[in-house]
Amino acid sequence: MYATSYHRASSVEDAVRLHGHSEESKYVSGGMTLIATMKQRLASPSDLVDLRHIGSMKGISVDGRRVTIGAGTPHAEVAASQAIMAVCPALCHLASHIGDPHVRHMGTIGGSVANNDPAADYPSAVLALDATVVTDRRSIPADGFFAGLFETALAEDEIITAIAFDAPDKAGYAKFANPASRYAMTGVFVAKTGGTVRVAVTGAGSDGVFRHAGLEQALQGNWSPDAPGSVMVDPSGLMADMHADAQYRANLVKVMAKRAVMAAG
Amino acid sequence: MGVEGIGARVARKEDKRFLTGKGRYTDDMVAPGMKYACFVRSPHAHARIRSIDVAAAKAMPGVIDVLDGKQLQADGIGNLICGWMIHSKDGSPMKMGAWRPLAHETVRYVGDAIAIVVADSSGEARDAAEAVVIDFEELPAVTEPLPALEGGAPQLHPEAPGNLIFDWQIGDPEATDRAIAAAAHVTEIEIINNRLAPNPMEPRATLGIYDAAEDHYTCYTTSQNPHVARLVMSAFYNVAPENKLRVIAPDVGGGFGSKIYIYPEEIVCLWASKKTGVPVKWTSDRTEAFLTDAHGRDHVSKVKMAFDADHRVTALKVDTVANLGAYMSLFSSAVPTYLYATLLSGQYAIPAIHANVRTVYTNTVPVDAYRGAGRPEATYLLERTMETAARELGVSPAELRRKNFIRSFPYQTPVIMNYDAGDYEASLNAAMQAADWAGFEGRRSASAAKGKKRGIGMSCYIEACGIAPSAAVGSLGAGVGLWESAEVRVNAVGTIEVLTGSHSHGQGHETTFAQLVAGRLGVPLESINIVHGDTDKVQMGMGTYGSRSGAVGMSAVVKALDKVEAKAKKIAAHMMEADEQDIVIENGELKIAGTDKTVPWFQVALAAYTAHNLPAGMEPGLKETAFYDPSNFTFPAGCYIAEVEIDPETGKTEIVQFVAADDFGNIINPMIVEGQVHGGLAQGIGQALLENVHYDPQTGQLLTASFMDYAMPRADDLPSFTLSHQNTPCPGNPLGIKGCGEAGAIGSPPALINAITDAIGHNRLTMPATPMKVWQALQPAH
Amino acid sequence: MTKVTLTVNGRTMSGECEDRMLLVHFIREKLALTGTHVGCDTTQCGTCVIHMDGHSVKSCSILAVQANGSVITTIEGLAAQGEMHPVQAAFKEHHGLQCGFCTPGMVMTAVDMINRRGGSLTEEVVRTELEGNICRCTGYHNIVKAVLAADAEMAAGRQAAE
Repeated sequence: MYATSYHRASSVEDAVRLHGHSEESKYVSGGMTLIATMKQRLASPSDLVDLRHIGSMKGISVDGRRVTIGAGTPHAEVAASQAIMAVCPALCHLASHIGDPHVRHMGTIGGSVANNDPAADYPSAVLALDATVVTDRRSIPADGFFAGLFETALAEDEIITAIAFDAPDKAGYAKFANPASRYAMTGVFVAKTGGTVRVAVTGAGSDGVFRHAGLEQALQGNWSPDAPGSVMVDPSGLMADMHADAQYRANLVKVMAKRAVMAAG
Repeated sequence: MGVEGIGARVARKEDKRFLTGKGRYTDDMVAPGMKYACFVRSPHAHARIRSIDVAAAKAMPGVIDVLDGKQLQADGIGNLICGWMIHSKDGSPMKMGAWRPLAHETVRYVGDAIAIVVADSSGEARDAAEAVVIDFEELPAVTEPLPALEGGAPQLHPEAPGNLIFDWQIGDPEATDRAIAAAAHVTEIEIINNRLAPNPMEPRATLGIYDAAEDHYTCYTTSQNPHVARLVMSAFYNVAPENKLRVIAPDVGGGFGSKIYIYPEEIVCLWASKKTGVPVKWTSDRTEAFLTDAHGRDHVSKVKMAFDADHRVTALKVDTVANLGAYMSLFSSAVPTYLYATLLSGQYAIPAIHANVRTVYTNTVPVDAYRGAGRPEATYLLERTMETAARELGVSPAELRRKNFIRSFPYQTPVIMNYDAGDYEASLNAAMQAADWAGFEGRRSASAAKGKKRGIGMSCYIEACGIAPSAAVGSLGAGVGLWESAEVRVNAVGTIEVLTGSHSHGQGHETTFAQLVAGRLGVPLESINIVHGDTDKVQMGMGTYGSRSGAVGMSAVVKALDKVEAKAKKIAAHMMEADEQDIVIENGELKIAGTDKTVPWFQVALAAYTAHNLPAGMEPGLKETAFYDPSNFTFPAGCYIAEVEIDPETGKTEIVQFVAADDFGNIINPMIVEGQVHGGLAQGIGQALLENVHYDPQTGQLLTASFMDYAMPRADDLPSFTLSHQNTPCPGNPLGIKGCGEAGAIGSPPALINAITDAIGHNRLTMPATPMKVWQALQPAH
Repeated sequence: MTKVTLTVNGRTMSGECEDRMLLVHFIREKLALTGTHVGCDTTQCGTCVIHMDGHSVKSCSILAVQANGSVITTIEGLAAQGEMHPVQAAFKEHHGLQCGFCTPGMVMTAVDMINRRGGSLTEEVVRTELEGNICRCTGYHNIVKAVLAADAEMAAGRQAAE
């Protein structure tokens, strides 16, 4: 790891102020991705602004079917939340399969969404749930948030403070893990609200998380595990690496969509 | 032999320190004034070094010095060696290219060491390493064994034209060809044995300490064989004479072969300690481990197996190309020859065998022994071929094997080995019964009803352990003898230290070796300490690899104990005024047989040291040393059965059961032996399903350089295992031990691939059988 | 250099370090508690697992300065007055360790697992919960056995206490 200077923020405003001290600042929350990247010398922020101790960014509230999760909430807390479980168990299931127990104790939903790793789990939920990404200065709809590999609509010093969404009627998540890293080699989140179905795919797209129109259409017409089978999933635009070529990932998109629908019921 | 002796499931003496965080590993060691090293390594698979500029690096904060290969060479430090000479079939010696501890002319793999930075902290050392400016002239690279042999391939060493190191053969080519020509059926198959990274959880580390006043070096290192490290560093690398070099391998966190070798880092840190005047510690990170620890396997073979009309194997012909990487590592030449082709008879009576092995240089890290070392390659080849033959012949795989089993011993194979004992059918029967082989078709139908594909496969393995008779290996080219030593040191109060040349890095020697002594003397386990891993404390020994510690290391303890007991009996006889022939040792006492006259063990020990009343002419003291040189290899064998269920939608394989039936001869501690099998199975299953070292064939970059891309078996990849033991004691050593450390890794890959190919209905599948590859194999076009 | 103060195994401990120093290196080098290990660079192997503020975490992926002020338990702090914790005892009884290098992380993971899910562990749950810990020696067989045995023993202990 290259040398860096650490600053602990006490509030969101304090964090933005500290971030402004250097052009090479970065926010760190759980650090489960950033610290790992810095260890490999693939990131070299001159300054780290720690968001983990900002109380206002923590916690879960469920009001009717409106779910608001503080950006600093660790995965383990989302996984174990009885309140979320009551309205959107698929999100608890997703959170309970991120990384491993130790990573889930540190990693946060805000950090995961802001980082937009193409193999991360949360972005698929945010996109499929049509969630709102709440920041220190605005609210960004999910469809306008993710902008390609590790890219988002966030300004350099903008902080996600919460993720909010209306719980769908039904939702499910299924992922096929990379045999080595255990990140999603393909993960599909399906959500149905009334007659509308949203399907978001992570781990497979060469441009990061994406919605699949064909799967959405098919499931809108026929909400059944059989529906994805007849959909054409185009391998072009999908990632290819030594663990999974694009053809195989295209297959996994369909299979995981089917299993997500089965899980959603 | 009592609750703590041979055969008892004694909990390990060493566990408490590991469980409470008090283990002492090399990276835990701290020396006063110690500084940290970082190696500057080649980012290229193949390049000439035009120049190295260390000026900027030397000026970085915290940097003590930056040293390169020219300085190392100027100080007379020698090149790394291969310790086993192989001759090609034309009689010419193997073609060994120079391997410099720090390259200063040419680098030949990504990770090849070029310079060492010594700094106040590891972070500063690494910062400075990045500031070393090296002007490279990039050269084309080749990473795979067959392309390396082709005309026009990039050439690695001027000493080895065509990258060919040797072209070696064993067996009778004419008889084999004749039998194949006359065969009723010939099974032909191409076998690829995938390249693996050993990955002990403790990365390699070393701490070099030079004492200028004494002109003496101390080397803490993660070694499986500290004495061999000292010998090689003294005799070949000119680091220091043996009496000026102490090598300590403290607690070592797993080895699996990869810590047998003496790597550049130990040598360079010792030298750098003298150059800088400070102790120098280097600890590998995991990526560095992937780049620089010796890899295993990496064979490509063509096989022909001939059968007569009665389905008896009449001949086996094997043509293998083995990738040895960029340089010849310490035992690299022995692994694909004498540890591989000599096992190609397997458990079967095969009248004619011929194997031809070519070894090649490629722009990859050196390949050497990894758990099993040659024997997994032989077993995989043979057992995949046998299974394929059974399918082609339309007979049950068990019956085909049964028909061809060797049934009388000793049995001389056509490929050197003389099997001393075994009962292969007993293991086969035990495994089939435990796996409920007969009920498989019912289970297959049940899986099919759920949309899953179920398969079952077996593997009957044999290996040669107890490495090794020194004269025999010497005649085959080994540079060292492979005996083992022991000293049994009885203290004046009767407690005992056993100094062994074996080295434990997870095997539990502190318990099993103590069990042997406790059982023999009837003294408590707590009164016995096992000392190993320090060349200043322990007499010369050869270390631990090749499942040799029980069969060879403990046999040396037996020999030393024989001497100790003989002397103790003389003393006791003298004390009790009896004939020494009448003295027996029982329950910690020396007793006149058939009487109730006894003298306690501790009193005999005390008498030996007070020396007030010893038999006339007897030297004081009670301490004996023995060296044991085995008369033959030992031959553990067994049968493994894997049953899998495949999800055809994703290609994911679930192991629904794994049965291992092993014949290890006599067993000291069944709990520890089972643990060895479990661990071996996990590594074999890892090879079959998950693990693969992958270099980019164009750039020579290692693409699987971390656990992000190299799939290590995790708890949820594996089932619980079903184990059983059959026992035909080994006649070749006093304890009847065969060895158990490698069997799991040897026998399991073919069982799994046989099961998976059974499930998918064809043979077109290579290891590792990843979900993608299995899914692809299930597609109609495949 | 920044001063970092932690409560480690019940004692307040401080040390000066660079901001880039990882918590695991701070524990090993500044506090001389070498039971916590480093086995990878990518937050996967789990040999560095400790408890921070009551939860298992990977100390290789946290800066020491991030942990400033927190309460830490390492493997050295688990055995009360020299008496091994039931998880440690179960690992010994069931041979859940060989080379010992992954063992501290495994034990700390098992304790956290039982803290969270004690009494409801099955083989499948234990294997899933061990996703973040790699062992190269045991094939996990005896680790799983040891965790289940410790869970049963601790559940029985809780029942007896009630």
